Amino acid sequence: MQFALPLLSTLIWLPIVGGLLIFALGGQNNPERARWMALITSLLCLALCIPLWQGFDPQAIGFQFVENKPWFPFLHINYDLGVDGFAMPLIVLTCLFTPLVIVSAWRVIEQKVALYMVSFLMMQGLMCGVFAALDAILFYVFWEAMLVPMFLIIGIWGGPNRIYATIKFFLYTFLGSVFLLVALIYLHLQTKTVGTPGFDIGQFAELTLPLLTQKWILVAFLLAFAVKIPMVPVHTWLPDAHVEAPTGGSVVLAAIMLKMGAYGFLRFMLPIVPDACREWQWLIIGASLVAVVYIGLVAIVQKDMKKLIAYSSIAHMGFVTLGIFISFALVNQDALPAAAMGINGAYVQMISHGFISGALFLCVGVLYDRVHSRNIADYGGVVNTMPVFASFFVLFAMANAGLPGTSGFVGEFFVILAAFQANPLYAFFAALTLILGAAYTLWMVKRVVFGDVANDHVATLKDLNAREFGVLTVLAFLVLLFGLWPKPLVQVTETTTKTLLAQIGQPKYALNADLNFL
Amino acid sequence: MEDLWVIMPEIVLVSMACIGLLLDLFLSKKNRVITYVYSQLTLVVTAVCCWRFTAYGMTTTAFHEQFVNDPFAQISKLVILTLMFLVLTYSRAYTRDRDIAFGEFHSLSLFCTLGMMFLVSAKSLLMIYLGLELLSLPLYALVALQRDSRTGVEAAMKYFILGALASGLLLYGMSLLFGLSGSIQLDAISTWVHTAQGGSLQVALFAMVFILVGVAFKLGAVPFHMWVPDVYQGAPTSITLLVGSAPKVAAFAMAYRLLHDGMPGFSAQWTQVLMVLAVLSMATGNILAIAQTNIKRLFAYSTIAHIGFLFLGMLVAPVVGYGPAMYYIVVYALVAAAGFGVLLMLSQGYEAEQLDDLKGLASKNPWLAFMMLLVAFSLAGVPPTVGFYAKFMVLNALVDAGMTWLAALAVVFSIIGAYYYLKIVRVMYFEQPVNTYAPAASVDMRITLSVNGLAILGFGLFPAPLFMVCQNVFTNL
Repeated sequence: MQFALPLLSTLIWLPIVGGLLIFALGGQNNPERARWMALITSLLCLALCIPLWQGFDPQAIGFQFVENKPWFPFLHINYDLGVDGFAMPLIVLTCLFTPLVIVSAWRVIEQKVALYMVSFLMMQGLMCGVFAALDAILFYVFWEAMLVPMFLIIGIWGGPNRIYATIKFFLYTFLGSVFLLVALIYLHLQTKTVGTPGFDIGQFAELTLPLLTQKWILVAFLLAFAVKIPMVPVHTWLPDAHVEAPTGGSVVLAAIMLKMGAYGFLRFMLPIVPDACREWQWLIIGASLVAVVYIGLVAIVQKDMKKLIAYSSIAHMGFVTLGIFISFALVNQDALPAAAMGINGAYVQMISHGFISGALFLCVGVLYDRVHSRNIADYGGVVNTMPVFASFFVLFAMANAGLPGTSGFVGEFFVILAAFQANPLYAFFAALTLILGAAYTLWMVKRVVFGDVANDHVATLKDLNAREFGVLTVLAFLVLLFGLWPKPLVQVTETTTKTLLAQIGQPKYALNADLNFL
Repeated sequence: MEDLWVIMPEIVLVSMACIGLLLDLFLSKKNRVITYVYSQLTLVVTAVCCWRFTAYGMTTTAFHEQFVNDPFAQISKLVILTLMFLVLTYSRAYTRDRDIAFGEFHSLSLFCTLGMMFLVSAKSLLMIYLGLELLSLPLYALVALQRDSRTGVEAAMKYFILGALASGLLLYGMSLLFGLSGSIQLDAISTWVHTAQGGSLQVALFAMVFILVGVAFKLGAVPFHMWVPDVYQGAPTSITLLVGSAPKVAAFAMAYRLLHDGMPGFSAQWTQVLMVLAVLSMATGNILAIAQTNIKRLFAYSTIAHIGFLFLGMLVAPVVGYGPAMYYIVVYALVAAAGFGVLLMLSQGYEAEQLDDLKGLASKNPWLAFMMLLVAFSLAGVPPTVGFYAKFMVLNALVDAGMTWLAALAVVFSIIGAYYYLKIVRVMYFEQPVNTYAPAASVDMRITLSVNGLAILGFGLFPAPLFMVCQNVFTNL
């Protein structure tokens, strides 16, 4: 569909330019101005998401809202943007969360307000760039550049151990990403030998690569994306980063950044190296199940609320990777509808987990702003003094545990069904989340919210103010909406899922495996 | 007579430098700014002469083909003159406030520039050595210029003695090559190298090793790197800036002339040597930088690591061209200039040398902190700064030449390197300032530093123009 503006470019650059304008118009000396400008810019971007959603044709194959400009002709790197069914809802999710984060930080952040707002705006633009990029190097530039604002956010406004957490976050993610860069350069070299050279991701997907090469490239991709998701065993940066980040940083990290790793799976790994994925599916499925079960158990014993939710994030993202990779087993069995259900379930889980974990972090943030403690032991009987807050908290906790009627159930249900068709054992372990998720979330809620008032801090708590109420209402609405009516989300990703399954269905390696690739 | 037109920029430079030397004698202390303006004028006029007296794309030679003016030389000279302009701008306040001999500083810098210009245009062994010494001897004097600084004099001694040793080794290698091939012209030598056999071949390889030692010393590659941390730390910061920016480009040009113009036939051998030097440099530089608390010393080790990366670019150059290597060193010099510029701007009233001196800079002077953030992330190779593209070009060249494993190894060292660059950003943004001392600088320095810093970001968003300039000088030859 033609639109007057190049929509994707606007969504990427408008927040960045808006951020620079905040600095230019003296936002550093005038925090109120910085806040309002940031809010208006982010709401403008959210408004632009409406034509993006409306104009998106769910039946069309291929990329929409495509923009093509040469950027570095010598190396065939182009400024190519475009969205398909996987990228579009993620962009909308990104644009949705930034205003929520800005509103939630309205009176909470008092130091260097302008820098805070600008960092989030820039991050929003860069994250939209990651989802919209069709050129591998453009993707990489946005992927890496996004680390810089997050590094600053955790390090400046974070908790007591923030410096350790933010450096760990940066180095861990950087470690994976640079191997991704080498893999992308290698793939570019391959495109030179078979036809028109370029860095277009679609071109990479059409390459025929020998199996051994595919395995090396898979390792490189896995390093980059598995760290981001995060998968066991490279997940240890997440609890630290989440605990030490300010509320807004945790929300964006959990809601959007983790999804980028899964998006990388869908955009890069599956189309480009499907045969290596098929060979090593047991590894990813195993790691996913370990994440679901083991990390679920780890979450139960946490004393810090944010750490508990962080581990719960890892467990839920385990579902996402599980859903994506059991599609290989199902395609082998020619059970294409089940494979589609697996991928759909994984995708819905991605979006729903964004809402739920974002909301949970906001709830913990509400408590932290009042009592300045995240320890469960410091709370008890919050429902007596903050009944409205308690209702929201319980709703989101139930969603996290996968209660039917909330969006948390839909994704998990699809994935467990699909897993059962692939191998009942997978479904058994995956379904343990229903017990473990309920265990850690509901036990935390019971200790914090219910019971008698535990101490003086709780006794003097004030209930939600209008801002916090507004933010949580929006998220509660979305959680219930997609829980009761997930159709829009599933519909939008239908065609893309079919294309992806077609891509991974055909073996790609040359029958005479060429080992001479180094 | 024709030849003199070819070296007109150099003639202009040396004349104006000599006049400047005399001019400074008659100026009183408060009129010293005239020396500064005059020196900058010299650089500008020389750059204009470079531009006007040579047609881009054509190669002219002079003095029986000892001096060549090809596109590579022309662009290198413009880059060197720009970097020297930055050096003089950033150094003015620092040099003036510390009573470092102002006039001598400028004259010696101009003579260094002259040496660099001869070095990049050299087409014979004699000219290379001449340019090298004309570059190095004023540098030794400059390092010692702050007479009452013990670390400065010590650094100068180390630099001079090791430099003299390295020059001697280079000369030895050159003399062997001359003896074998019968000529000092690089063209004649390369022709001879292609047909070298048996005993002569062995001796020629022996000579190649000595020449590589000389090159590696000048650039600061492991294991000839020992002077780098001490000179960077001991010299006054303005001299560190000088040592770390323009001479690196000139040394790269020297390596290019010697290896590409002089011994292309031995590329299989010098590639292997460069590979070892590259990996050692990246490893040593990145690992040893982690423990540093002095920023200048940290930058020194970071330089060593970057030179390792440069060598990676050079070792695949016979296959993919020298474009990536030249782009890398030009970008590095630009970023290093900005980094030291920030330090110089902070060093008012005291020496901003320790990492702790940067504490809380983001609260005191956000713009300056942002410049340093761009420098740190560019050196680490994080997009969207230009440093990322420099690394990307070299990695691309490595993979194109079939050395993917070496590219993977290079990125592993980059990750180790990222840690200390993050330390710089951490100290500035995450820690509270220990004093409220906020330096103010003159307008010209602030503007120049801002342009320099924003160029890091600008070339990162639009990398094509600068890279194509570096690439095209080699395809036009």
